[in-house]
Amino acid sequence: MPHPDRSAAAVRLMTRLHVDWTRCDGHGSCSELLPELLGVDEFGFPVSRSGERDPAVPRRDRDTARHAVRNCPLMALRLYDADG
Amino acid sequence: MTTAPTLTRRLLDGAGTDHGAHLARYGVLPRLSRDDLLAALTDSGLTGRGGAGFPTAIKVRAVAYAPRRPVVIGNAMESEPLSAKDAVLLGRNPHLVLDGLETLARAMRARRAILALGPEVDPGAAFAAARGREVEVVQLEGGFVAGQETALVNQLNGRPAIPRDPFTRVTEAGVGGRATLVLNAETLAQLALLVRYGAGWFRAAGTTEDPGTSLFTISGSVGRPGVVEAERGSSLRDVLDPAQPLRPSAVLVGGYHGAWVRTSDLDVRLTRRDLAAYGASVGAGVLHVLGTDTCPIGFAAGVAEYLASESTRQCGPCLNGLPRMATDLARLAAGVRDHGLPAEVQRMSALVTGRGACAHPDGSARFVASTLDVFRDHVAAHLEGWCPTPTGRPRRSDS
Repeated sequence: MPHPDRSAAAVRLMTRLHVDWTRCDGHGSCSELLPELLGVDEFGFPVSRSGERDPAVPRRDRDTARHAVRNCPLMALRLYDADG
Repeated sequence: MTTAPTLTRRLLDGAGTDHGAHLARYGVLPRLSRDDLLAALTDSGLTGRGGAGFPTAIKVRAVAYAPRRPVVIGNAMESEPLSAKDAVLLGRNPHLVLDGLETLARAMRARRAILALGPEVDPGAAFAAARGREVEVVQLEGGFVAGQETALVNQLNGRPAIPRDPFTRVTEAGVGGRATLVLNAETLAQLALLVRYGAGWFRAAGTTEDPGTSLFTISGSVGRPGVVEAERGSSLRDVLDPAQPLRPSAVLVGGYHGAWVRTSDLDVRLTRRDLAAYGASVGAGVLHVLGTDTCPIGFAAGVAEYLASESTRQCGPCLNGLPRMATDLARLAAGVRDHGLPAEVQRMSALVTGRGACAHPDGSARFVASTLDVFRDHVAAHLEGWCPTPTGRPRRSDS
């Protein structure tokens, strides 16, 4: 049995933003920095505007997203690359 | 001489806690290599019987090539209050579950093989059967989300039984930091049978897409509540029949995280594909019959309140949204004539979905949304200040 194919040559990678909900306390800096990606619900927690669980981050927002990750006081955010 | 179990009486006719009697009944347990086990699982099409219904072969493959020896866990937490099938299975056929764990542990040279029992599961048979076998049996703390795999791994690591962020999968880093495979107790018993009798035998029951049998726990308005085994793809009507439903008005399929099927649709087949139209899944095989003498909105409000109370209060949307949903449903049940309530409950169920570390907000939202959809006429009556349930008290209120 071969190992799972990890070659990504043909796969387009997309950067996504993940919220660790066990850490997030609704500080709100992420939705201020990334208003096109994240809104705020009535309880003060970020809401993905696209409805995606981990919203895709457009190329133009990548630097701001990295800034948001660094600035989250609860360290609840991370960026990762995933297929499609 | 042993003979393979029949088409649909596979799991519950066990030989009890005596290992010799068990081997006489089912034959010796074959030792499979990792690759042979993966091939058998792939050919059989076995899916998880604990709720999510994920293909077992894919789950096993995720830990099969781990750099360090993995940990395998049998999940008999049975955290869903309406489910009893894993407790019944372990009472009647504990060796079959242990066989499944041992087969996995040997094939993958696992560091540890652990059978985790919830507090409601009678541990006697499992502990007795495990003597002299290569499996640890532990009884753990409960709670509705304690059986979710990250919560289970947390508890086995000496931490509280609460889910963790699923970004790092337990198949990458679980118990003791090792790759960890969590399979439901019934899934392990099914595995123990298919490695003995083959994928072809396994597939003789069920449908091509959804093969084998499943255990179902039937409760509610029935003459004979209990656990039955049936082929996947059986109709809901046929599976409920031995339990003798009494004046059913609807059936909750999949437990408190499940969805309702109307009595006009009892011919629906219990497969992943057929149930998807109802937003339901076979899940852990929980079937709860609601009788015509129970107000569905009142019932649902009680469940929603329970689900809100079982939030582990880690994730903001769940912590805030589930109580809000439960309160509004309770107002609807009580006959508060606020015509904005259904839309508000629906909005809240959409708001919490996908915004938590575990499946609790999504499952709770699914149940509530299904309630509003399937019982919309009943909801409309409540908003007019009366309840169509014969014994339901029309509690008028204009507050």
